Amino acid sequence: MSIRHGLLALLERGQMYGYQLRAAFEESTGSTWPLNIGQVYTTLSRLERDGLVRPLPESEAGQRPYEITDAGRADLALWFATPISRTDRPRDELAIKLALALTTPGVDVRSVVQAQRSATMRALQELTRLKYGSNRPEDLPWRLVLDSMVFQAEAEVRWLDHCETSLVRHQPSGPAPPAPRPDDADARDAARWAGEEARR
Amino acid sequence: MSGSDDAVLELRAVHRTHGAGPAAVHALRGVSLVVRPGELVAVMGPSGSGKSTLLALAGGLDRPTGGEVRVEGQPLGALDRRGLAQLRRRRIGYIFQQLNLLGSLSALENVALPLELDGTSGRRARALAMAALTEVGLPALGDRFPDQLSGGQQQRVAIARALVGERRLVLADEPTGALDSQTGEAVLHLLRRRIDAGAAGVLVTHEARHAGWADRVVFLRDGVLVDTTAPLGSVEQLLSGSER
Repeated sequence: MSIRHGLLALLERGQMYGYQLRAAFEESTGSTWPLNIGQVYTTLSRLERDGLVRPLPESEAGQRPYEITDAGRADLALWFATPISRTDRPRDELAIKLALALTTPGVDVRSVVQAQRSATMRALQELTRLKYGSNRPEDLPWRLVLDSMVFQAEAEVRWLDHCETSLVRHQPSGPAPPAPRPDDADARDAARWAGEEARR
Repeated sequence: MSGSDDAVLELRAVHRTHGAGPAAVHALRGVSLVVRPGELVAVMGPSGSGKSTLLALAGGLDRPTGGEVRVEGQPLGALDRRGLAQLRRRRIGYIFQQLNLLGSLSALENVALPLELDGTSGRRARALAMAALTEVGLPALGDRFPDQLSGGQQQRVAIARALVGERRLVLADEPTGALDSQTGEAVLHLLRRRIDAGAAGVLVTHEARHAGWADRVVFLRDGVLVDTTAPLGSVEQLLSGSER
């Protein structure tokens, strides 16, 4: 998602100035996505350039509120109506890391898997703790954001479990270690690793 | 119980081997674990890693072939069959995927049963059972029979039975079973609340989302504890992704 559409959605509720937008944005995402005021103003000036918002006269306190334009409403409606494509998301560094760990000599893939699983579980515990503490009806938007992060973390752990099971099943005849050189530390590690797998 | 040690459950270098000789299966190999009041520990690991064996040993349903299990400082190995049964009825609550509610008894009677088996007067047992049913949010359904309750309600009755009286150790094996995610979450919420009130718990699960309710998650692999987690320090660390 873009901050652009976040701000447009907030302005659809009514005119707001920069600090109000920042506060409202953080409130509706439960502070999972902290914004600095600079990002808010940069985004507002781009939205203004594209004709999606327009500035209103400054208040006596020197605050300039913005309102959404018809073009802005159309853009917002389109955003809500369009599913987020998975290919728009950043590439999954973890998947790439594990794939490389498998084919890099001397890397103990199970340790890589376990280290990641512990870190993800820790995050999951913390998210659950936050959720447990947010029971008021007005916490619902925040709880849904947390739930999304919980389900993503859970999916990652499940995938890691799956990787581990696959490793146990396939490792002995898995990716060929590089041609062993007798005095090569990597090759020794690979041999030890293969030995451990064979003992299972 | 020794003064300095407030552990509700302690496993000391516990081994459990099934069979002997080359066919022996080493379900647990030197597992040590301490669970204190107010602490919920989740146990995760692949099938066959020893999770359920660990829970059975913790609850005195099985005996270790090496090492020691203590509940509230009492070494289980020092108890005879009767003493162990008594400790299990009084101090330990079990929540399993299989609810094992008796169909011919009402919800209230199901919950009161472990107390009555233990010699508590019928009247007192019912009062305690009603308190437990209230704790799980079912004070009005005590006279229903299991087949008149939804799956989620049945699970709550089973939890009330596990929590009734003064149990300080709660052992749960995949307690949310086939419940939908909201109902399953409500079950974990109840468990968490009891733990926060001073009980100690062990939760065996393969679902990370459920293990997330624990204070600590331990990972078993091939009968050995390979790792453990505690929650992150703060939201800021988590959100910035810099937990290390």
